[in-house]
Amino acid sequence: MEYIIEMSGITKEFPGVIANDDITLGLRKAEIHALLGENGAGKSTLMSVLFGLYRPDKGIIKKNGDAVNIHGPGDATRLGIGMVHQHFKLVHNFNVLENIILGVETTKNGFLEKDQARERVLELSKQYKLAVNPDDIISDITVGQQQRVEILKMLYRNNEILIFDEPTAVLTPQEIDELMGIMRGLTAEGKSILFITHKLNEIMAVADRCTVLRKGRYVGTVEVSQTTKEELSEMMVGRKVSLQVAKPVRQPGKVILEVSGLTVKNKQSGKNAVDNVSFNVCEGEIVCVAGIEGNGQSELVYALCGMTKADAGSITMNDKNLTGAGIRRRGEEGMAHIPEDRHKHGLILDYNLAYNLVLQSYYSPKFQRAGFLRFNEIYRYADTLIDAYDIRSGKGARTTVRSMSGGNQQKAIVSREIDRDPKLLIAVQPTRGLDVGAIEYIHKQLINQRGKGKGILMVTLELDEALNVSDRILVIYEGRIVADVDAKSVGPQELGLYMSGSRPDGVKKGGGAQ
Amino acid sequence: MNALKKALGRGEGAGVLPSLIAIVIGLLAGFIVLLVTKPGQALGGFTAILTGGIVDMKSIGQVLYQATPIMLTGLSFAFANKTGLFNIGTAGQFVVGAYAALLVGVKCTFLPGALHWIAALLAAMIAGALWGFIPGILKALRNVNEVISCIIMNYIGMYMVNFLIKETIYFSLKNQSMPVLASANMPKAGLNTLFSTGINMSSLNSGLFVAVIMAVILYVLLEKTVFGYELKACGYNRDAARYAGINENRSIIISMAVAGAMAGLGGALLYLDGSGRGFNVVDVLAPEGFNGVPVALLAMSNPIAVIFSAIFVAYLSVGGLRMQLYEFAPQAIEIIIAIIIYFSALSLLIRGAVASLIAKNRERRGERGNKQAEGGDTQ
Ligand SMILES: Nc1ncnc2c1ncn2[C@@H]1O[C@H](COP(=O)(O)OP(=O)(O)OP(=O)(O)O)[C@@H](O)[C@H]1O
Ligand SMILES: [Mg+2]
Repeated sequence: MEYIIEMSGITKEFPGVIANDDITLGLRKAEIHALLGENGAGKSTLMSVLFGLYRPDKGIIKKNGDAVNIHGPGDATRLGIGMVHQHFKLVHNFNVLENIILGVETTKNGFLEKDQARERVLELSKQYKLAVNPDDIISDITVGQQQRVEILKMLYRNNEILIFDEPTAVLTPQEIDELMGIMRGLTAEGKSILFITHKLNEIMAVADRCTVLRKGRYVGTVEVSQTTKEELSEMMVGRKVSLQVAKPVRQPGKVILEVSGLTVKNKQSGKNAVDNVSFNVCEGEIVCVAGIEGNGQSELVYALCGMTKADAGSITMNDKNLTGAGIRRRGEEGMAHIPEDRHKHGLILDYNLAYNLVLQSYYSPKFQRAGFLRFNEIYRYADTLIDAYDIRSGKGARTTVRSMSGGNQQKAIVSREIDRDPKLLIAVQPTRGLDVGAIEYIHKQLINQRGKGKGILMVTLELDEALNVSDRILVIYEGRIVADVDAKSVGPQELGLYMSGSRPDGVKKGGGAQ
Repeated sequence: MNALKKALGRGEGAGVLPSLIAIVIGLLAGFIVLLVTKPGQALGGFTAILTGGIVDMKSIGQVLYQATPIMLTGLSFAFANKTGLFNIGTAGQFVVGAYAALLVGVKCTFLPGALHWIAALLAAMIAGALWGFIPGILKALRNVNEVISCIIMNYIGMYMVNFLIKETIYFSLKNQSMPVLASANMPKAGLNTLFSTGINMSSLNSGLFVAVIMAVILYVLLEKTVFGYELKACGYNRDAARYAGINENRSIIISMAVAGAMAGLGGALLYLDGSGRGFNVVDVLAPEGFNGVPVALLAMSNPIAVIFSAIFVAYLSVGGLRMQLYEFAPQAIEIIIAIIIYFSALSLLIRGAVASLIAKNRERRGERGNKQAEGGDTQ
């Protein structure tokens, strides 16, 4: 069989972990090849080896049958290999065009030659249906658009082997569909794609073949047309995973969070990002805020946990008015928060894992005495969380969080917030970037918390998650709650209609809200 | 060496190696400049600057003596830097501290014995803290860039101190401040005679201990306390610190005040050295203030490492004096020293900049990880 890229016997060790252990991977021309594996299985590492970011300890890489040496991204680019990273690498205060040509600028008399580049970018964006505006500043555009910029970057460099590291983790369902269309278009033009994802549906939908890794080892490669989701997840985790979580019936208790008339203005436009929103969450209830990204979810959550001020309305928790309370006060009243952006808010990447696990409690008597940190307690506590939540990393509690795999970073946040034993848990996309096993685990945890009488407010972009886990679904559209429905009595189609604003009239009253 | 590396690199995964490389680059740059300007005398001059600090006991004493004030301004810059602040206001904090110490030293004649210099040091710290506090509070409450307000505070401090000296403790004959009372001077603690060559005593005094103790205190504060945890959290990731309910405004203000206090203390220790040095009323910003910046950079903002980088910088100045034997003009020597210091600091900065440039294309975590692989295993 002819492979365009063949990696064999790839081994890469980091202090404390063998991230890749004798891995084999063959990529055919013009195929979409999925790479599947648990968090920390070594997918990103393997792709970084191919892209020249890491030098493998052992192993050979061949392109079109010839062994090649890839010493850096420069070499990779010369070989036509491009990569979109799990966490994008764009310069935020540059515009789209500048980002695309960064590093391969053409100059004339020492000045940037932008006109030609602009033409080429526009041409590419038309050819591959990657709509972007070259003059937009990166920090102003959505993640979906940023991703298109990353793809254009690869195309602009004439790459023919495209690596996508978890491209869909940050996208809305609509954007995911678009991306899949783009990927199909790319292979139709003869490009070959390596595609990392945790979402089995996506693999079934676009991939031709799938290679599975487990704990740094190669498990096997299968033809997607001849396998099932269940088989794939079993290959990956080594046991059967239930993709549907069991949820015992539970009557919601008394109201724990009451939001009324909450309004948050957008600082720039002055429009209401959150517009007169009222709802409540009861003890032992999972309420889900579903909606397409950018409809006010972030602003709503920021206002709830005190990261921005509400312009109007009130927030009451446990009969205490917390409308004007600070972040710490809300935390102490029993509010925990799994934030949307784990790198921006959730973690201090340069602190080690233990320090991050006590980020919300470092000041409590358990972890300090007379202002001095109690390191023994901190590390012991970290070890218990690491065990309980199976947070994998090279050096345990002392690992710098920056070096951890994306999914394990997420697990660290989730464990920290759940372990605060909150009365109300605000979970924003809690399973983003997690493998199916970990998702199952987090969902169980959420349902456990519900069993213990905690109130849970979950924000998710994924319909499946909304329908599976929650008791009640609030659909948010343009900053307003346009539906409040019982999760059992609604289907994905109906939900989709609400989310796109096509049924703005139908606010039904669901279960828990008295 | 390993123990040192461990102490310095702790928690940062960095270690002392980058600083050493930076120093070598700085020295090379200095040597090249010498070669270009005075080829014949270059080797001799370079040897003088490299060995001048250890030719005899007195020189060693002088090195430690000169290290004292810049150790404190270095600590000042380093401490603020840990909270993500760029305290370029050390010069202003330094002079207001110096003035407060001189004022107490000249005027508070009623204070007995040791109380006198202790009071002078405290006054200097308070004045310096105030001078750091103002940019801090502007940043925290009004989001005024601390670099700009610090620069303004430098000039306000300089002109105000010049004015106040003339009004309160002026010795017009010398265009200087009046000499302080003997009791206001830092005790010698036998250091001057310990570090002496024959009857030539060095100017070393117990101010060195004060500076070293401060470095240790700041280190403990940053690495061992809840407060340090919060400060560094703000420095590393302000958004995450806020998310965790850390009061970033408080952290910024306190951090700047502490930094100011350190620089102010540096000013006091320079003028209370027992040499009868007066404060010259000239319109020049205190160079000791700015020298704190490369000292801190070389130490990669680690307070303990600041002790050593300050000694290194002082070592160059003392060695530089001996270059006069090779017919280098004092101004030229100053330039050479500045070149070495700033090239060292710059090469660290450039290293950082290059690293972050590469990081645009390159997995950042990979870099870190590899660095840890080199430095981390010694633990
Ligand atoms: N630079 C590094 N330094 C040290 N350890 C690392 C580094 N990069 C990755 N690792 C470790 O190697 C292992 C594999 O990480 P990798 O990022 O490849 O996982 P992944 O399969 O991409 O996981 P995820 O799905 O969570 O993104 C993890 O245990 C991780 O902690
Ligand atoms: Mg990954």
